[in-house]
Amino acid sequence: MACTAETLAAALRAAAAVIAEHRAELVDLDRAIGDADHGENMDRGFTAIVSALDSATPETPAAVAKLAATTLISKVGGAAGPLYGTAFLRASVKLGDAAEVDGALLVEALRAALEGVQARGKAVGGDATMVDALIPAVSAAEEAAGSGVAEILTAAADAADKGAESTVDLVPRKGRASYLGERAKGHMDPGARSTALLLRAFAEAAK
Amino acid sequence: MKKIINDPKTVVAESLRGLAAAHADVLRVEDDPAIVVRVDAPLDGKVAVISGGGSGHEPLHGGFVGQGMLAAAVPGAVFTSPTPDAVEAAVKATTGDAGALLIVKNYTGDVLNFETAGELAAAEGLDVRSVVIDDDVAVKDSTYTAGRRGVGGTVLLEKITGAAAERGDTLDAVEALARKVIGQVRSIGVALTAPTVPHAGEPSFDLADDEIEFGIGIHGEPGIERTAVVTADELVARMVEAVVTDLPFAEGDKVLLFTNSMGGTPLVELYLAHGIAERLLAERGIVVERRLVGPYITSLEMQGMSLTLLKLDDELTELWDAPVNTPALRWGV
Repeated sequence: MACTAETLAAALRAAAAVIAEHRAELVDLDRAIGDADHGENMDRGFTAIVSALDSATPETPAAVAKLAATTLISKVGGAAGPLYGTAFLRASVKLGDAAEVDGALLVEALRAALEGVQARGKAVGGDATMVDALIPAVSAAEEAAGSGVAEILTAAADAADKGAESTVDLVPRKGRASYLGERAKGHMDPGARSTALLLRAFAEAAK
Repeated sequence: MKKIINDPKTVVAESLRGLAAAHADVLRVEDDPAIVVRVDAPLDGKVAVISGGGSGHEPLHGGFVGQGMLAAAVPGAVFTSPTPDAVEAAVKATTGDAGALLIVKNYTGDVLNFETAGELAAAEGLDVRSVVIDDDVAVKDSTYTAGRRGVGGTVLLEKITGAAAERGDTLDAVEALARKVIGQVRSIGVALTAPTVPHAGEPSFDLADDEIEFGIGIHGEPGIERTAVVTADELVARMVEAVVTDLPFAEGDKVLLFTNSMGGTPLVELYLAHGIAERLLAERGIVVERRLVGPYITSLEMQGMSLTLLKLDDELTELWDAPVNTPALRWGV
């Protein structure tokens, strides 16, 4: 099954519901090592995406992704706004004017999103950030590139879950958590967790 | 959580409405995106000094908007940096041919959003520069961390660059001055309690009654070290030691000493601590020439304090003394 503007919009609505459901969990994860705003900010951003989708009907998957990007950049603030905004923006550019996204194009878009996040946030694997969920997710997606959209996204979500788990044992080197140094060990990075949640929501929506 | 609020989602907007009502002679508040601007903006022929960041640090930054200080402030959600379009709106509302200087505290979110805003403004032909302040000696400045945080020094930086802009300095000059101030200001903070972010509903970290956090930032993040409660003499000595040895400040240096409440520490304790700091600096031969004592860069209702030292020269002293008319700082007018 390929992904159209309509299915991507539906996936974003599903993601908004998942983020709302996990809002308190993300706040708690952030409370442990940061300033307790990640769940609130993500919820505000994805609620705004749903409102934007209610009042506009973007015609291509790229236009849907771009709408999500600009909404996140202008509504979220913090580090999450520019980072997730950049991810959707770079994915949107990669999607071009395609009316349908097949597995191969999806993998390219995921790779572009990862590269965008890394360029903006300057984080590498092992820094205990959302990148620790995204890198394995993109690698898993690339390995599954021959299959359908739902299978690729499921492989990516599985890998992102493991990647998010791996941040528990890391000493953060980026963002506010880095100020804690060794004291931040033992806590999952909230950005890695939200990345894993989003990919899982997309995978479920694609089934 | 007990707070004087209606709804966590409307705290910032409702607070800004009150700020505007209380200080309509100096500033106005614009909605969507929310920005605080000088009542006489846009400024003609003068550099617009603009700052911003998460709310919850009042009076920073909206309380420093006015003649002789900030042209505009951009408030984000509580403890969350503002979005690029809000920063861009502040630039457009205040900036003329003389350009604008953005003062950014070194936090990942602030840096990312202000960076993007600067690019947007530059694309519209406005001359916008930015400086990043990173005065917190608690954090090791290393390529493996986000670097030192911007804390108390921000208040002094905003006052001094605002005064330079007010007297008509060029953007080049104001930017160079900002970099000089950033080079010679250092801070350290401690927390006795954690703040409660309205939307989180519970304290940002758990701290026992007999513990303090040493080396905190301004966002309710834990400090670099948790230690037992000590006397004020011991605590302030440790804070002075951390700040003085970092730059380092030396015998004979003239300084501004800024003793700041994080929001929940009353003035009786703050003056007590300030007195100790003055004595310890005098013992080291460091000459305190100017002072600022009070809650100026806070972390909601957190009990705690910070100490900031700025090395002064004649120019910085003159700019510090220059008239200022804002809700939170007002003299010479």
